[in-house]
Amino acid sequence: MHHTLVALVEDKPGVLNRVASLFRRRNFNIESLTVGRTAEPGVSRMTIVIDSDQASAERVTAYLYKLVNVIQVEDLGSVPAVARDLALIKVAVGGHDRAALLRVVDETRAHIVDTGEQTITLEITGEPPHVDAVISRLEPLGIIEMVRTGQVAMRRGDTALSAAQYV
Amino acid sequence: MPKRTGAQIIWECLVHEGVHTVFGYPGGAILPAYDAMLDYPIRHVLVRHEQGATHMADGFARAGGGVGVAVATSGPGATNMVTGIATAMMDSSPIVCITGQVPGKLIGYDAFQETDITGITLPITKHSYLVTRVEDIMPAIKEAFHLAKSGRPGPVLVDITKDAQQASTEWAWDPAGVTLRGYRPNRPVTRADIAAAADLIRQARRPVILAGQGVIQSGATRDLLALAERIDAPIAMTLLGLGGVPASHPLNLGMMGMHGEAWVNHAIQEADLLLAFGMRFDDRVTGNAKTYAPHARKIHVDIDPSEINKNVRADAAIVGDLRETLEDLLEGLEAADHAEWIAYIHSMKGDAAVRDIQKLPDNGHLYAAHVINDIWRLTGGNAVVVTDVGQHQMWEAQYYHHETPRSLLTSGGLGTMGFALPAAIGAKMARPEAEVWAVVGDGGFQMTQAELATAAQEGVKVNVAIINNGYLGMVRQWQEFFYERRYAATPLRSPDFVKLAEAHGLEGYRVETRAHVSDIVERARAADGTVIIDFRVEQEDSVYPMVPAGADLHAMIRRPEPSVLAETGADPI
Ligand SMILES: Cc1cc2nc3c(=O)[nH]c(=O)nc-3n(C[C@H](O)[C@H](O)[C@H](O)COP(=O)(O)OP(=O)(O)OC[C@H]3O[C@@H](n4cnc5c(N)ncnc54)[C@H](O)[C@@H]3O)c2cc1C
Ligand SMILES: Cc1ncc(C[n+]2csc(CCOP(=O)(O)OP(=O)(O)O)c2C)c(N)n1
Ligand SMILES: [Mg+2]
Repeated sequence: MHHTLVALVEDKPGVLNRVASLFRRRNFNIESLTVGRTAEPGVSRMTIVIDSDQASAERVTAYLYKLVNVIQVEDLGSVPAVARDLALIKVAVGGHDRAALLRVVDETRAHIVDTGEQTITLEITGEPPHVDAVISRLEPLGIIEMVRTGQVAMRRGDTALSAAQYV
Repeated sequence: MPKRTGAQIIWECLVHEGVHTVFGYPGGAILPAYDAMLDYPIRHVLVRHEQGATHMADGFARAGGGVGVAVATSGPGATNMVTGIATAMMDSSPIVCITGQVPGKLIGYDAFQETDITGITLPITKHSYLVTRVEDIMPAIKEAFHLAKSGRPGPVLVDITKDAQQASTEWAWDPAGVTLRGYRPNRPVTRADIAAAADLIRQARRPVILAGQGVIQSGATRDLLALAERIDAPIAMTLLGLGGVPASHPLNLGMMGMHGEAWVNHAIQEADLLLAFGMRFDDRVTGNAKTYAPHARKIHVDIDPSEINKNVRADAAIVGDLRETLEDLLEGLEAADHAEWIAYIHSMKGDAAVRDIQKLPDNGHLYAAHVINDIWRLTGGNAVVVTDVGQHQMWEAQYYHHETPRSLLTSGGLGTMGFALPAAIGAKMARPEAEVWAVVGDGGFQMTQAELATAAQEGVKVNVAIINNGYLGMVRQWQEFFYERRYAATPLRSPDFVKLAEAHGLEGYRVETRAHVSDIVERARAADGTVIIDFRVEQEDSVYPMVPAGADLHAMIRRPEPSVLAETGADPI
């Protein structure tokens, strides 16, 4: 089962390494890990997706809290949340493939972000399963290069995760 | 504000933190700090290997209850600390390691003696700092001490570049306390948790308290005894918990686990409630976790939330300081009586007189158990005993009966051979008035015996009892039990330890018969300096009872009959 953990961490050197090292040391597999800024200076936000059961997710959360630079952790597995993944995909377009490709773009909320002589580059943003689905439709057309950001996520509703209470 | 160099700030901070003794070894990248040290009221103990410095700091912390400090240079000096840091981490010992680092502008260029020591020690420190600016030295050191000693204690490393030590800045001590955004070590215990635990306690008919090192670290001895007496519950001890409850207390059953007493493990297996207080259900404690205490509900009190439900699932969990928790628990608990249950456990012990090894006739052989029991008797149980790792460690736990907290120092979690001698030196420096004994195997002694020279140079007095069985005995025992007595790489030839002592200008003795043990132990106690005693004990003796690694806790290997030595465990049940 996939678990999405969000960690607010101090923006200090080595913090990413500490978090990543924890997962290796405790023998958990990271499916994806993203880091980025938050609205608050000095606080970064990590979204970590792991494949684990509920008990393991709780253990990881407790281990994350042991890291001095980790301010707050939320397990989005147990609450309604919005999750997004972004992919850039370069697809070969010889002759009739172009029409097929444009049909995929039309039907899937993908955008064309670049056109080369023999390729078109698409951007797809959405729930990770949606991105998966688009990719499998593009595969027969010939994917030449692809990158995914990994998932970012946020709890739905008015509750906000903030580090402000811990200063 | 006066100007200070980074090197001076290091010592200013240490002095403000109450440090008067540090254990270290100099080198290029830490040289500015060493130069500045001469102007501060610091006793520096020059070790013979940086591993020794970390074990000394560890022993200093465990014996004295404060923070131990070790200092080393960059590169090999820092990497030599790794074993000692990992040892302190596993047993939650508060030490601060200060290392020199190459100048900031050379970091990343494979400069001479550059090592990424914060990277290397990342998983074996509670936290670490790489300090490249003089202004950051004070915050890093203050935070390091705060982290090392608060919450669940542990080692913290502060790596300071040479140029930061050399730079100057206007500086004054900041007396403000440390607050860290992501560090909330002492959460208040919630009423609901206390009530849930109290409920389980009221329902229990066969309770057993499991007392761990947390009892000692939170100073909870008195409250624990009050609770145990109130609810009439017997107490089983982990290795690291020994001393947390007096061995002579009638409710104290003794040590649990792999080499625990048979009746203790049986009591745990038959209990209907375990009250785990400041212990972490190590696999040497539980044996096979699947068959562990199958009838018992579990209350787990631990200051570290990540210990809850890690090895054993808790029916009631309280995250917080043990002493405070016990105080809260005591408020709501009424007296209970479990005389029948306790009598039943005692019936498993058999006749205490039979188990008194002092009463066994001398058959001409010298057994480690006798040596340790004699040391216990002659020191009145009041010594601080520091053990190494192996059979002698287990015999110490079985035959030296500890009455006070911080009187047994031993490497439990990492099981680091070579710990005893340096940790004993550290312990003696923390508690100069205490009688300190190192109980060490012939193998482990040789791992850090270079620190004898440190003891001699510093004029530190520790008594070193080498339990010399001519083997890496604990490994030999496993080979005997599980590898058809194929003694691969365990027979051990040692130097003449008496001459070794003499070479250091120290007293050394050899004891080969039981009749001579007392006399030589008394001589060592009376001597002014460090004394080494080479006890030539029975070579192929084994530690009983033993739960093979991963086996069910009640499936113990018992001492085979006919027995030369009374087993601490009573008759096979
Ligand atoms: C050869 C060998 C054989 C061994 N055999 C045995 C054996 O037979 N039996 C045995 O017991 N051990 C044995 N050990 C030791 C074993 O490996 C563990 O080190 C030991 O069991 C750990 O004891 P502990 O859980 O009490 O201590 P620790 O590992 O130190 O754990 C203490 C716990 O208390 C918590 N704590 C700390 N401070 C507080 C506080 N203020 N409030 C609340 N909680 C707090 C900590 O978070 C931690 O979870 C052996 C080791 C060796 C090397
Ligand atoms: C540094 C280190 N290396 C190896 C081991 C594995 N080991 C555990 S006990 C032991 C034997 C110890 O022999 P000795 O010091 O003579 O003590 P004895 O068991 O004979 O009392 C060994 C090798 C260890 N614990 N630590
Ligand atoms: Mg030996």
